[in-house]
Amino acid sequence: MRAQPVLYSLAVLFALAVPLLGIYPVFMMQLLCFAMFACAYNLLLGFGRMLSFGHAAFFGFAAYATGWLVSAHGWGPGFAILAGVAAAALLGLVIGALAIRRQGIYFAMITLALAQLVYFVCLEAPFTGGENGLQGIPRGTLFWLLPLHSDVVMYYVVLATFVAVFALIRRVVHSPFGQVLKAIRDNEPRAISLGYEINRYKLLAFVLSATLAGLAGSLKALVFGFVTLADVQQSTSGDVVLMTLLGGTGTFFGPVLGAGIVVTLQQYLSDVVGGWVTAIIGATFVACVLAFRRGIVGELTLLASRARRTLRPARG
Amino acid sequence: MVAAPCCAADDCIIEARGLTKEFSGFVAVCNVDLRVRRGHIHALIGPNGAGKTTFFNLLTKFLAPTRGQILYRGEDITHAKPAEVARRGLVRSFQLSAVFPHLTALENVRIALQRTHPGTFHFWKREATLAVLNDRARELLELVDLGAFAAVVAVELPYGRKRALEIATTLAMDPQLMLLDEPTQGMGHEDVDRVTALIKQAAAQRTVLMVEHNMHVVSRIADTITVLQRGQIIASGSYAEVARNPLVMEAYMGAPDGELRGGH
Repeated sequence: MRAQPVLYSLAVLFALAVPLLGIYPVFMMQLLCFAMFACAYNLLLGFGRMLSFGHAAFFGFAAYATGWLVSAHGWGPGFAILAGVAAAALLGLVIGALAIRRQGIYFAMITLALAQLVYFVCLEAPFTGGENGLQGIPRGTLFWLLPLHSDVVMYYVVLATFVAVFALIRRVVHSPFGQVLKAIRDNEPRAISLGYEINRYKLLAFVLSATLAGLAGSLKALVFGFVTLADVQQSTSGDVVLMTLLGGTGTFFGPVLGAGIVVTLQQYLSDVVGGWVTAIIGATFVACVLAFRRGIVGELTLLASRARRTLRPARG
Repeated sequence: MVAAPCCAADDCIIEARGLTKEFSGFVAVCNVDLRVRRGHIHALIGPNGAGKTTFFNLLTKFLAPTRGQILYRGEDITHAKPAEVARRGLVRSFQLSAVFPHLTALENVRIALQRTHPGTFHFWKREATLAVLNDRARELLELVDLGAFAAVVAVELPYGRKRALEIATTLAMDPQLMLLDEPTQGMGHEDVDRVTALIKQAAAQRTVLMVEHNMHVVSRIADTITVLQRGQIIASGSYAEVARNPLVMEAYMGAPDGELRGGH
């Protein structure tokens, strides 16, 4: 625990220095968007134990909404992001309300089916550009102040948003609501027997997760200037599950690390090995589930706490 | 709903009338009539598969009955929701330990206190806003001898301590009627004695209905005993009455000779 503030400070320092270090800012923005997406997903899976197989629906739908409002209606980026986030929240409310009626695998299947429905809408609707998606979305100027066409400015906006989302998720988990959510995660029947209407808490967690996933999607639309069907399709839902599990569900930094690994692999390894990258990521996933089920950060935390426990008596 | 004569009077807190539960043809609980007197410790015993846990699930609304009626403090709760009856003071425990494993002992108890505290949906507030409940939570932990374990994560507590924590959490609800499903199951002698004493103590101001296999515990603290077999009540009364009942002896020993043993 004492190492935590130090590690966080180092991570923030590194993130602030990225443009000076000569790292490609668009790559870092992509990484941060997916890290945000994974953190949002982790709120649901890690702290609410709800396994959604359809989170790309919120990510992609918000991206489409933001992209469409900017390119077809000339909205500024700020309001377009807010509208995209609102769309994701609303979609989360509808899908969540249907999905939380069931548990476990049935919950997962309902989210999967409804996300496929959203994918189909995005494929067929007139405003999404069908197979081509939305292209050439201008970044514009954020709230008449920040010119986002500069990659460096855009990068700091994404970084600031990410830090805010990360802090918000920590707060949610450590809030009165978070206490109830964790209790429901730990023992659902017992929470009911203490008088809690558990579905209301699960729905709120679902909507919060969908909203933040939407924020990540909206930002990504502006970062790249395009939205495609890839943002809303099943494989993206799979990616976010992988990122979260790989890094460590129920840990705060795990999803960030997981997103970092997966995005880096996808980006740089695909130049080297081409299509094999999917197989490599698949193998990583299998190894993760078989060998270190808590994920990287989960296993490290466990090791650290064991080490501390064995050291304590030695110190006397 | 016309209140039943029994439950209208002050002496009966819960009543089951003709309660039946069928699972696709199999009758788990068959036409059970049961009255629990206010202030009593009422034990429900019976061989494995007698339908005790199903009956518990029916009373606490975790299962819907096929037929029959449940009256709680004179009101019909046959169609109420489980969280709703819990809020009205009918609180149950579970056969397997019912703690929240990844919360500390203090947080476990506080979850029960938190429900009546405003703002269980406040996701933007700090956890420190719950600190006002900590004193009451510590009191309850002291009551079950867990004061020193307040900061320990529940999963790391020994089994007997977990059951004690469960009772503290249930007490935090200030229940009128506690339903305990095998509270001493799987415990060593020392823990059994501690939990038995706890139940006795908790029952001073409330009613307890418990499923229990340990006859030693039942004989010591139960005021009334009801024996279930194959979903039906075969005997009811004090320990002495029930222990001499030939039907009960047959159910337990397979033959109507000898007496129900006090130990286990």
